[in-house]
Amino acid sequence: MIADFLAAIGRTLREAIASVGFATRAFFNLLGVSPGAMRRPGLISEQIHFIGNYSLVIIIVSGLFVGMVLGLQGYYTLTPYGAEQKLGQVVALALVRELGPVVTALLFAGRAGTSLTAQIGLMKAGEQLSAMEMMAINPVQRVLAPRFWAGVIAMPVLATVFSAVGIVGGYLVGVQLIGVDEGAFWSQMQANVDVRADVINGVIKSFVFGVAVTFTALHQGYQAQPTPEDVSRATTRTVVIASLLVWGLDFVLTALMFNK
Amino acid sequence: MHRKTIDVWVGLFVLLGLAALMFLALKAGNMSTLSFGKTYAITGKFDNIGGLKPQAPVKSAGVVVGRVGDIKFDDKSYQALVTLDLETGYKFPKDSSLKILTAGLLGEQYIGIEPGGDTNNLVAGDRISRTQSAAVLEDLINQFIYSKAADGKDSSK
Repeated sequence: MIADFLAAIGRTLREAIASVGFATRAFFNLLGVSPGAMRRPGLISEQIHFIGNYSLVIIIVSGLFVGMVLGLQGYYTLTPYGAEQKLGQVVALALVRELGPVVTALLFAGRAGTSLTAQIGLMKAGEQLSAMEMMAINPVQRVLAPRFWAGVIAMPVLATVFSAVGIVGGYLVGVQLIGVDEGAFWSQMQANVDVRADVINGVIKSFVFGVAVTFTALHQGYQAQPTPEDVSRATTRTVVIASLLVWGLDFVLTALMFNK
Repeated sequence: MHRKTIDVWVGLFVLLGLAALMFLALKAGNMSTLSFGKTYAITGKFDNIGGLKPQAPVKSAGVVVGRVGDIKFDDKSYQALVTLDLETGYKFPKDSSLKILTAGLLGEQYIGIEPGGDTNNLVAGDRISRTQSAAVLEDLINQFIYSKAADGKDSSK
């Protein structure tokens, strides 16, 4: 009885470690075949179009509303201290450092990651990947690598657009609607947002999230059992694992980057 | 879709990202105030630098003339050794003095450089000896309380 219980714990741990090792090997395998995939940039640009361009609308709309809400809440919080001129700084730092990369990564996992998982999973279920292998085409190089690099390229672009649109949203609510002084809004922002420490670090964050989310999506699709149930479960796992990875990585990166 | 049409859309997508980055760097960030011109380094020792940080502005007559480069602690004199990167376009006399000032009541701290009357100018590597430390709020309050207490003693006599 107790031995069964202990065995169950041991098995869970062993499987968890094995899956981490498996994912790591798959990741390096993916990186290893990437130079070959780079020889066909047309495939990558096709996937950027599929992953990036079609995600733009939801990113822009979300960014605008997140910025507007930040402007509103920031104003209510700052007014009692007579510090509403700091609104521009609050909105810009929150977006550039945290919300831009993190919220974009979560939306990206939901919008693009799921479609990647479903696509790869169905290709596997339809034995298209096996057919490729029969034709001596490496499916990792031909199918996974272009999607991976497309996601890695698209994610920082989307996060940057999110932050920029969010600042415009904060400006619209804070300055145009509520009437914070326009000059103070921008000058406080410029005085306190550092290009290297804040903007570039935000881009680095979004790049790391792009790697994590896109790889999770592709790996889940590639590892899915070729059944309808497991492809749908893999799609759910993509969102759950990618979101948890984003939170964990965000904490680590924030601790490393903004520790002065 | 046609390959070329896709490439055009992808190109637009990447350009949009670059435009957003430019917006963040120039309109939201301090790229427009960062100077990439040549600078020369001078140093100054302060008893207390308060909350001064690297990259804080160095101002003269309110105009930014340089940035704080490096802040170190000197364990021989127990003072803070601050390196200032001044823009080469601006010359200051050898006997100029440095002050740590605060923008507003609780704002960021910066260094004010006040020109002296010497005919020779500062060159790279010079050390400014006349410095004034940051005003620490606790010290100010202490001084105020002591002077009040002293006043109270005088009037009760």
